[in-house]
Amino acid sequence: MKKRVLLMSIIIVMIAATLFAAGVQEGAKERHAFVFKNTGNPYGEKQMSGFEDGIVEQGFEAILRAPDLPTAEAQIQIIEQLISQNVTSITITGNDFDALEPVMKNAMAAGITVLSADSAVNPASRKTHINQADSEMIGRTLIRAAFDMAGGSGQIAILSATSQASNQNLWIEWMKKELEDPKYKNIQLVRVAYGDDLRDKSVAETEALLRTYPNLKVIIAPTTVGIAAAGKVITDKNLQGKVFITGLGLPSEMAEYIENGACPYMFLWNPIDVGYLSAYAATAVASGKITGKVGDKFSAGRLGEFVVTQASDGGTEVLLGPPFRFDPSNIAEWKTVY
Amino acid sequence: MVSDRKNLRFKTENFRELGLLLFIILLSVLIQFRNPTFLTFSNIETLLINASILSILAVGMMMVLIVRGIDLSIGSTIAFSGMISAMTVASYPHIHPLISILQGTLVGSGVGFLIGLLVAKFKVLPIIATLGMMNVVRGFTFLVSKGRWISAYQMSIPFKEIATGRILGMNTLVVIAVVIYSAFYYFINHTRTGRQIYAVGSNPDAAEVSGIPKIRIIWMVYILMGALAGLAGVLWVSRFASAQGDTAVGYEMNVIAACVLGGISISGGSGKVSGLILGAVLFGILNNALPLINVSPFWQQGIQGVVILSAVLINVMVKRTNERQALRRRII
Amino acid sequence: MAQRELLIERQRSMKRFIMQWEWLLLLIFMMIHVVNSFLSPYYLNFNTFIRTPMTFLDKSFLVLPMTFVIILGNIDISVGSTVALSSVIMATAYNAGVAMPLAMLLCLVVATTCGLINGVLMVKFKELSAVIVTLSTMTIYRGVAYVILEDRAAGNFPNWFSFLGWGSIAGIPFMLIMFVICAVLFGILLHKTTFGRKIFGIGNNKNACIYSGIETNRVLLWVSILTGLMAGFTALFLTSRMGSTRPNVAQGYELEVIAMVVLGGVSTAGGKGKIIGPVLAIFIIGFLSYGLGLVNISAQVLLIIIGMLLIISTMILNIRFKRMKKPRVLQS
Repeated sequence: MKKRVLLMSIIIVMIAATLFAAGVQEGAKERHAFVFKNTGNPYGEKQMSGFEDGIVEQGFEAILRAPDLPTAEAQIQIIEQLISQNVTSITITGNDFDALEPVMKNAMAAGITVLSADSAVNPASRKTHINQADSEMIGRTLIRAAFDMAGGSGQIAILSATSQASNQNLWIEWMKKELEDPKYKNIQLVRVAYGDDLRDKSVAETEALLRTYPNLKVIIAPTTVGIAAAGKVITDKNLQGKVFITGLGLPSEMAEYIENGACPYMFLWNPIDVGYLSAYAATAVASGKITGKVGDKFSAGRLGEFVVTQASDGGTEVLLGPPFRFDPSNIAEWKTVY
Repeated sequence: MVSDRKNLRFKTENFRELGLLLFIILLSVLIQFRNPTFLTFSNIETLLINASILSILAVGMMMVLIVRGIDLSIGSTIAFSGMISAMTVASYPHIHPLISILQGTLVGSGVGFLIGLLVAKFKVLPIIATLGMMNVVRGFTFLVSKGRWISAYQMSIPFKEIATGRILGMNTLVVIAVVIYSAFYYFINHTRTGRQIYAVGSNPDAAEVSGIPKIRIIWMVYILMGALAGLAGVLWVSRFASAQGDTAVGYEMNVIAACVLGGISISGGSGKVSGLILGAVLFGILNNALPLINVSPFWQQGIQGVVILSAVLINVMVKRTNERQALRRRII
Repeated sequence: MAQRELLIERQRSMKRFIMQWEWLLLLIFMMIHVVNSFLSPYYLNFNTFIRTPMTFLDKSFLVLPMTFVIILGNIDISVGSTVALSSVIMATAYNAGVAMPLAMLLCLVVATTCGLINGVLMVKFKELSAVIVTLSTMTIYRGVAYVILEDRAAGNFPNWFSFLGWGSIAGIPFMLIMFVICAVLFGILLHKTTFGRKIFGIGNNKNACIYSGIETNRVLLWVSILTGLMAGFTALFLTSRMGSTRPNVAQGYELEVIAMVVLGGVSTAGGKGKIIGPVLAIFIIGFLSYGLGLVNISAQVLLIIIGMLLIISTMILNIRFKRMKKPRVLQS
């Protein structure tokens, strides 16, 4: 009997508290959200801080989210939570090209503007995509760099992230297309290995490549973990000058290997700018200034004017610019930035 | 009759691991066919270096499994202690590497101390306590690092040389692993506390009743596991010259798999160091050889699973044959 | 006579203590609602209550058979891989021309077969612990998924397929309706049938059951089949929610499911637990994550909170259980 009374009184207190809480006021500012692939990633942190700068500059509030594991399921949960909060726009760096389509469509149905940045989601899931650099240009530039480092002929290999990573897969496709050019007839792509963006696996794959192909000249690693792991292996085995590394890497991670010659030069772009550009694109679409179709123009604060162009996956995109080259001459300046 | 019994004991003791040993030999031969660079000195050295960190962790996990526990938090502990040592070295580059190692080990022991407190004193189930700590420690790793990584250029050369240096001609990591194994073998087989660990695992109630300080032993085991995980964290960060917040996510499964492969019973009470070594070696071979055998990378995971299952099944078959033989001998 | 009365009275108060775990969970569940309402103005509306369950219900189907598995004293870490494999096969079959309903049936068949294989391995090779069997099948099943789909995604399902994961009937999400039906069925199976009693018995004392003539093998097989079947359901709902599938879906599901089961008061030592516990635990963790997400708590803080929730709730329950244990010892 006593227990029942106690339970009832607890329930009544709780219902009262809940109803009381329901009267809390909403915030006044428009809110724009950015969802990255995973947490604890310095590249992602920079992208998010750039986004925040861009949003705050325009007088709005920014929400920055990232799941602890880089899965699509976790991002679906986050987007659901954002829909419940009635945010004005969501910009997402997708963990999966297709898996976010149903939830993004839900967001659009709820009146939320949806964009993707860096890692695209399929055209049906977004209004437009903020691309850090033209995927074709990235692929071709990396092959040209490898050609240069190999001295015109020899074996090269690619060390990628996971086999499911849409960005990397797209760049690798363009790399293979570039290799079809007769200029590369003496260059042989022996293998595409997957390091899964795990240090230990990337190291094991690099070591296996070196062992299986003793005449390997260049390893292209279009992923920040992979290129740093490969750089470490080359350095540890004192193969600088015999085997070269290039690809896409963080200047902070690669500073050591650029300075010691394992990596003559590599490429990336400024993630802060990617975030900043996304902020302006998101607000432009949300406010109706543009709709995300080809030819739309908008202004992006300190970065200037941008035009929406056709993307290779059937949707539209906004290009930040050409990839940026890091080499011994500028690495010291950039290694502390990101 | 006496000589028969001696023979029997000799054979049964070895046979438990013989199945696994035979499997490893068979596997190595097959791999060598696929890629002749497998059984070269430099590749074996690479294999050992890559397997050393796993082996160090397996030692701790073996003790935890023997006392009927489990530790799912070691991946997070590795990341946490690795991140803290890396951050310290980045801010104070003149620290002696031994201090970094000590620091990492202490951080890990701290985590182990907390887990031991939960499991031994508060009687929380090990799976819950370590699952909870896994999340908590990983969260703290992200918070402490503020989302940033520590890169190679921020680490002092002596720190990076912990993993690349050589002692007496062998790689430091391998030497550390060997030292730990020897110390552990002596401890678990030839000291009273070591035998008490087996007792607590075999029959906790009987152990308690016969005066063995059960709580203290279990607590100590988790502290040791934490210390080894902390040490592994420093070694990991030095080996890869990079400290990330998501280092070693899920790594505990590899360690547990290596232990179970080596015949350590998940329900506690039994396990030999020789089995552990074989389990760690098999895992090392898998990680090293899978990229070497030149199959489509999409087949790698499937092959790994088949290898583990075959190893385990063959071990069981050998055990059964042995038991049947032993039974026959006893009747005769 | 007085002695016997004392026994009965102690048992009744013992029953109250056993009930307490589930009451405590209910209390926590309600507190979470209150806290969430304070935290965010977006929490208290009908849409949220509809949308929230859909985010965590897909893996909740696995919690039901996992409860059985853990009460049995086993564990199954291959469920995530089973989900991935059955989902991949369904998508590949549909894209190859098989009619969708047939593809969905194929998904369930594949998943059940995976569970059956687990069961057969455990029954035929009793020396192997459940951990090592499900560890190897976990790797193998996902490996097969990778072999089938490699680096592609498969989807393009008919429009009506998304009703499974997104649709509602009379305002209530379809997934919630299906889950409640399954939970009720599993509850009846566990608490009201002899099959359920056998599961408790085997979990409590496997040898006693074998010697009493209970067909432990058959029970084990059926539980494995049920686990596989539920993994198939999870695959259906998850794939419907994502509209497409890849070999890497459902990663990490096994640990989340196990966490929910142990939080629900099911002891991994086997032999104890009620279905309502894990069901409450699912809703607790689900609503807590959602509510905290509504105020945009960072992933790292969420990790720490969930980890602490696991640990603290178990600690509180253990303190209560301590009071219960003492009378029992005195009685014997």
